[in-house]
Amino acid sequence: MERPFAITLGVGSSLANHTGSWRVEHPEYLHRMPPCNKACPAGENIQNWLYIAEDGSYEAAWNELIKENPFPAVMGRVCYHPCQTACNRGELDEAVGINSVERFLGDYAIEHGWEIAPPTKESGFKVLVIGAGPAGLSAAYHLRRAGHAVVIKDATHAPGGMMRYGIPKYRLPREILDAEIARIAKMGVQIQLNTRVDDVHDELEAFDAVFLAIGAQLSKRAYIPAGESARILDAISVLHDVENGTPPLLGRKVVVYGGGNTAMDVARTAKRLGAEEAIVVYRRTRDKAPANDLEVTEALEEGILIKWLSTVNHVDGGKLTVEKMQLDESGFPQPTGEFEDLEADSLILALGQEVDFSLLGNSADLDVVNGTMPVDSTMMTTHPGIFAGGDMIPAERTVTTSIGHGKKAARNIDAWLQGKSIEVNLEKTPVTINDLNTWYYTDAPHAVRERLEASRRVSDFSEVVKGLDESTALYEARRCMSCGNCFECDNCFGVCPDNAIKKLGPGLGYEIDLDYCKGCGICVSECPASAIQMFPDN
Amino acid sequence: MTTTPLKFYQIGSFAVGNRLVTADERSTQSDADRTNALTSGHRACQGCGEALGARYALDTAMRAAKDQIIAVNATGCLEVFSTPYPESSWRIAWLHSLFGNAPAVASGVAAALKAKGRTDIRVVGQGGDGATVDIGFGALSGMFERNDDVLYICYDNEAYMNTGVQRSGATPPAARTATTQAVGSAPGNVFGQGKFLPRIAMAHEIPYVATASIADLRDLEAKVTKAMEYRGARYIHILVPCPLGWGSASCDTIKIARLATQSGLFPLFEAVNGEMITSTPIRKKVDVEEYLKLQGRYSHLFSPKRNDEVINHLQRMADKNIERYNLMGDM
Repeated sequence: MERPFAITLGVGSSLANHTGSWRVEHPEYLHRMPPCNKACPAGENIQNWLYIAEDGSYEAAWNELIKENPFPAVMGRVCYHPCQTACNRGELDEAVGINSVERFLGDYAIEHGWEIAPPTKESGFKVLVIGAGPAGLSAAYHLRRAGHAVVIKDATHAPGGMMRYGIPKYRLPREILDAEIARIAKMGVQIQLNTRVDDVHDELEAFDAVFLAIGAQLSKRAYIPAGESARILDAISVLHDVENGTPPLLGRKVVVYGGGNTAMDVARTAKRLGAEEAIVVYRRTRDKAPANDLEVTEALEEGILIKWLSTVNHVDGGKLTVEKMQLDESGFPQPTGEFEDLEADSLILALGQEVDFSLLGNSADLDVVNGTMPVDSTMMTTHPGIFAGGDMIPAERTVTTSIGHGKKAARNIDAWLQGKSIEVNLEKTPVTINDLNTWYYTDAPHAVRERLEASRRVSDFSEVVKGLDESTALYEARRCMSCGNCFECDNCFGVCPDNAIKKLGPGLGYEIDLDYCKGCGICVSECPASAIQMFPDN
Repeated sequence: MTTTPLKFYQIGSFAVGNRLVTADERSTQSDADRTNALTSGHRACQGCGEALGARYALDTAMRAAKDQIIAVNATGCLEVFSTPYPESSWRIAWLHSLFGNAPAVASGVAAALKAKGRTDIRVVGQGGDGATVDIGFGALSGMFERNDDVLYICYDNEAYMNTGVQRSGATPPAARTATTQAVGSAPGNVFGQGKFLPRIAMAHEIPYVATASIADLRDLEAKVTKAMEYRGARYIHILVPCPLGWGSASCDTIKIARLATQSGLFPLFEAVNGEMITSTPIRKKVDVEEYLKLQGRYSHLFSPKRNDEVINHLQRMADKNIERYNLMGDM
């Protein structure tokens, strides 16, 4: 080939020079465990549904959310959101208001009448769920999605379990609960109410598997010396009667004994029923009380008085004696011998609940240990084909935990029916704030949900906490830092000195061009979300 | 600041792009069809700040000039690693002559284009700090003084990296280079020498002078775009950390550039007709130590014995910058 004077070689592009051969390690895109997902008792993929919601695709976000949990509107109201406690953004400014976005999505779905498609293929298996509480409904939902025929039997006359009979209306309006349950029923789940199951074993003839979720509805008792005219009630019955429209007469001054969420709920309910004064008496301190901080705060705002470090000693004729306690070195309350009298027209005991195994009738061969029913890692009881979950098994007793049980049981029942086993996910360590490059996140404080004024709250059962409007929910979703998962900020694509990252287009992410990647690691350092890591080359 | 903050809460205007902002609000670098003025296969070291700075600046200039650019390059790393004969990494019209004459060649190209009536084609001169502040300084000053229609960009990595990390007029005090060893009573480069070219450029009262950093892409792109709006001599000085010469990890290049601005050691500002008009406020103030300790060229300040006197001296330089350029944004 003819070349100009003194030119011996033709012009070439440096693309012929594969600098990837210099490399000893290479970057890879990862899906790491965000702390919110790790903390969620229902196993929601929170980071992912927030990511989808961020561009306004609410229906897609809702569909992603309900893959794990069919109750977003309920969750957005009653979940104590351990996800927000775990949120890395809390280290930067304030945790992302995951719970409020969840509620927004749940409410938006109800408003727009979104439904869940029934399964496309029937499996031919029939599963019985006993108890229409959060665990039972969640299990039924997931089993139905997997194509099984599901019947729920419940002894009460309305479904929802503790969501209806334990959580007062001002925290969970019934039309919300009804809407989310109706959606499950519409998928083809049969809910038989006022139906008590006397022997689980009899049911095994008609059903291929059974999921027990009868809850814990028996109020624990404590021996309290009481005169004849003392009026002592238990919290669960009070909440139950209020729900059924027959609230008990509590009088003007009500004392609640206990320090859990039920104690707070029943005290707040008493206030709404017209009690002038509602006092919670608890034997330990606030930080030792099992009640959620939010519940305590809201109760205090509503004028509930709380006597910490006190026990009820004696009740009679509109009066009640409490003894002051002090914590010993090991943190147990010990009596001090100091007494105080309180006026009390009634005393409500909220000392925790027990499982009422009589509900199971003649199901004697099922093990009961320490008042709960042990299950194995697949949620199965000692009897093959009978699974259990919710408040009746040893675990934390919250709605969200129960919903998680329902899901886990449903997946295991599905596997058991098909003679398969489920691969257990390896424990993934969650991404921490130190893994993130927080430089790239702007300061954006948390959007606060409006709350009903305390003075208005105590006069009726209106919902206390309001929802977010669309723009605020969107803002809140966008505060998510997407820990451990790519959110397409283009940083890696922009910062590579070797153009060795290809941008694949919206939703498709990026790809490393290993022909040219020299393995400098800038993409890893500058990824805001810690979604890339270096791995040694072979 | 010349960038408009985006009303977007997740990552504001700090990341390169984002799927949630409209295309015109994204940086040039986020565009899958960017020019890639300096393409893959170049032989710059792992984590080279200069390769990054050159692509950032030239891609932006190409967008601003509707792809009508001729770049004139001085000798230095950027020229050596991009064009070993007969290969080229450049995807733009590119010209190289000598170490010291890039500004003069750029002036010539501009004059030729003017003579041909092709004022739509814009000229960019570029070089490292050695070519700019030392060897080609006379030619550059002439280019400024005649107000030739050239945007000159200096990629400042604070020494002659190509030939083996020798001190340049832009090497900061206390830094170890091959010619300023960390020995004796005043280890590293001496205090009180060297020059900060942006201020000298301002003294020429040319239409536009700016400093920029590869750690602040949007600010850099805004400045290059703005520079392209002017005719006449313009100067942009970009800090580009060099993992090899600075003794830093290749993955820390952008982090170090960011710490340089956040400590105040490298101020970001722009000047029009010799007067400073804006400076980019420090967002998360750090002590100079944070910046120094990531770099091997300053390791003698920390071991075997910590040299507080020198560290404090460098801190005072940063503090003086903060005051002089109003970097805390309280003006």
